[in-house]
Amino acid sequence: MSKPPASIEDTLELLSRGKYVADRSLATTLFLSLKLGRPLFVEGEAGVGKTEIAKVLAETLQRPLIRLQCYEGLDISSAVYEWDYARQMVEIRLAEAQGGVDRNVLGDEIFAEKFLIRRPLLKALEPAAGGVPVLLIDELDRADEPFEAFLLEVLSDFQVTIPELGTIKADKPPIVIITSNRTREIHDALKRRCFYHWVDYPDAERERAILAAKVPGVRERLSNQVVAVVQELRRADLFKVPGVAETIDWATALTELNVLELDPDTLNNTLGVLLKYQDDIQKMQGSEAAAILARVNNELATAVN
Amino acid sequence: MSVFEANEAEGRLVDNIAHFARTLRRVGMPIGPGRVIEALRAVEAAGVRRRDDFYWTLHAVFVNRRDQRELFDQAFHVFWRNPRLLEKMLSMLLPTAAEEFEPEKRKEMSRRLAEALQPANDKHGKGEDQEPPEIEIEATLTFSDRELLQKRDFEQMSQAEADEAIRAIDRMRLEVAEPPTRRFKSDRQGRRIDMRNSLRRALRNPGLIGLQRKSVRRRPPPLVVLCDISGSMSRYTRMFLHFMHALINDRDRVHCFLFGTRLSNVTRQLRNRDVDMALEKASELVEDWSGGTRIGACLHEFNRFWARRVLGQGAVVLMITDGLDRERAEGIEREMERLHKSCSRLIWLNPLLRYSGFAPKSQGIRAILPHVDEFRPVHNLESLTALAQSLSQPQATAHRETARWQAGLKEVA
Repeated sequence: MSKPPASIEDTLELLSRGKYVADRSLATTLFLSLKLGRPLFVEGEAGVGKTEIAKVLAETLQRPLIRLQCYEGLDISSAVYEWDYARQMVEIRLAEAQGGVDRNVLGDEIFAEKFLIRRPLLKALEPAAGGVPVLLIDELDRADEPFEAFLLEVLSDFQVTIPELGTIKADKPPIVIITSNRTREIHDALKRRCFYHWVDYPDAERERAILAAKVPGVRERLSNQVVAVVQELRRADLFKVPGVAETIDWATALTELNVLELDPDTLNNTLGVLLKYQDDIQKMQGSEAAAILARVNNELATAVN
Repeated sequence: MSVFEANEAEGRLVDNIAHFARTLRRVGMPIGPGRVIEALRAVEAAGVRRRDDFYWTLHAVFVNRRDQRELFDQAFHVFWRNPRLLEKMLSMLLPTAAEEFEPEKRKEMSRRLAEALQPANDKHGKGEDQEPPEIEIEATLTFSDRELLQKRDFEQMSQAEADEAIRAIDRMRLEVAEPPTRRFKSDRQGRRIDMRNSLRRALRNPGLIGLQRKSVRRRPPPLVVLCDISGSMSRYTRMFLHFMHALINDRDRVHCFLFGTRLSNVTRQLRNRDVDMALEKASELVEDWSGGTRIGACLHEFNRFWARRVLGQGAVVLMITDGLDRERAEGIEREMERLHKSCSRLIWLNPLLRYSGFAPKSQGIRAILPHVDEFRPVHNLESLTALAQSLSQPQATAHRETARWQAGLKEVA
């Protein structure tokens, strides 16, 4: 376990150690949320590396990562705790078979900690061996409003109440990272308790740095082309433009295919790695893709000269 | 060196941040005193050695929605515009910055900020649309399809006989068939066993464990209304606004959009309980009353920026338009297909359907019709009641009338 960073520069350094190429704005927000013990709320399009922040943080700080994937209908029994009913039933049967059990004693025994199944939120509040854990609440926008309201309570006091056991409160609040794809607007009340950061698509320079860190085998020439094509595609009128994750996938795929330099055919054939909607692929395939590639090559050539 | 070393400087920085927060509040960002304290703590933690750090520190505290970024950005640069902030934060800049906010200068400052903020709000509009007023008046008279930036006056549209109908609409309740969710509620007749509840009860009562039951909880789906407010629809617009207002205040997860030549989200405005206030606020927002229609472009904007945010969880879409398009139905077909694929049920309400001789001849109508689940008239209270009835039924089979229209479309073609 290592200590949280002491300054913004330290935060940047920490992230880059985890192969996360962050800009200074993200480092500032992350530093603040670590320093002041507030959750970090990151929003952005799919595939810009929101979830990765939490993973890298857990890895570099050597903390356990507890992940809560949200979905519609997520409720307390799968987010906080659940009793192990089957074992409780067996316990009751055994007690009855022995006979002469006091009901109050039995009650205490059945609702003891050994029958408690801990779900992510409860785990994050309990002291862990590896220090305060990193709690990742992923894609909160997929959960419904009632869960959001419940989360509000957990995030402001860092405690949950189990009627049979009492209140469990965290000695030290966990490091909380909340992500959202913004498929719906999260309520202001929840955001107010967090530091907010919008993760944007990186510029060309940073995207090349990301490729260098994430795809070790990639040649410089190919990396330049890949980034330039992706940046061009992001300017195009598409339903879903490629994210950083797609760039990394594409560069990895091309390296695996032993492509040294992009040509229109390869671009056409691998377009499915970048674009995930049939309309978008249709729009880009063929002449449009070739035009983009020609433009990119032109630019790269002038940049070299 | 800490910012807060010198007491006087500290006071000024605190004042300035507080004043900055007030400025942001004035331009409509929800910032309470708690945030100001939070901002001070954050600035203390991050330091003010670098301008960009200072920027992102305040950003982290004050901004919590993406659309506030631009507002914040402009406000920040106007407010902390003195370049010397970069170099000598303490000794040189703060006194100067403070001086600029002397009481008598404050008003001027806010106006300048308002001006500076103006482009951010207007950036969707195109410069050439902003014509001088006399041309706009001319446009009204000649029924030109030019976009009218002039605000439409509701009072002129009102008719005595309409009032009774509006009262009826305000009372109207829409029961939409509720699809099952993944949550449960306790229910004696439920088909599933509620273990949590059963064991809890078993401890209270001796003897056999009485099984408690649960069933799936149902919830009305989100409702999205897309309403055409172009010139050809203007006779109905007022009624539909009342209809939308009644919907929004009756239930949660309703989103309302108006479109003519551009798309406006009026959900927040219509949420106002008072109907007159709500309509007034909505009309302030919308700039293209009774202008032309660009259905394709508006649907494109909706699909691109809103569909993913409001069409989740099995949304039902009500599209109110006559399908008459200024731009020869360009792009409508493609966007309708996308819209249809993104929602669970798409209902097209068309006031033109009241005419018995109606035939799907216009290009816009022919482009929309194949991609709707239901095609209904909407011109009187009766048709609205029929709509309410239809919505309360889960969509089991295809709407027969609609199927007939769609089949007829193929014959003509």
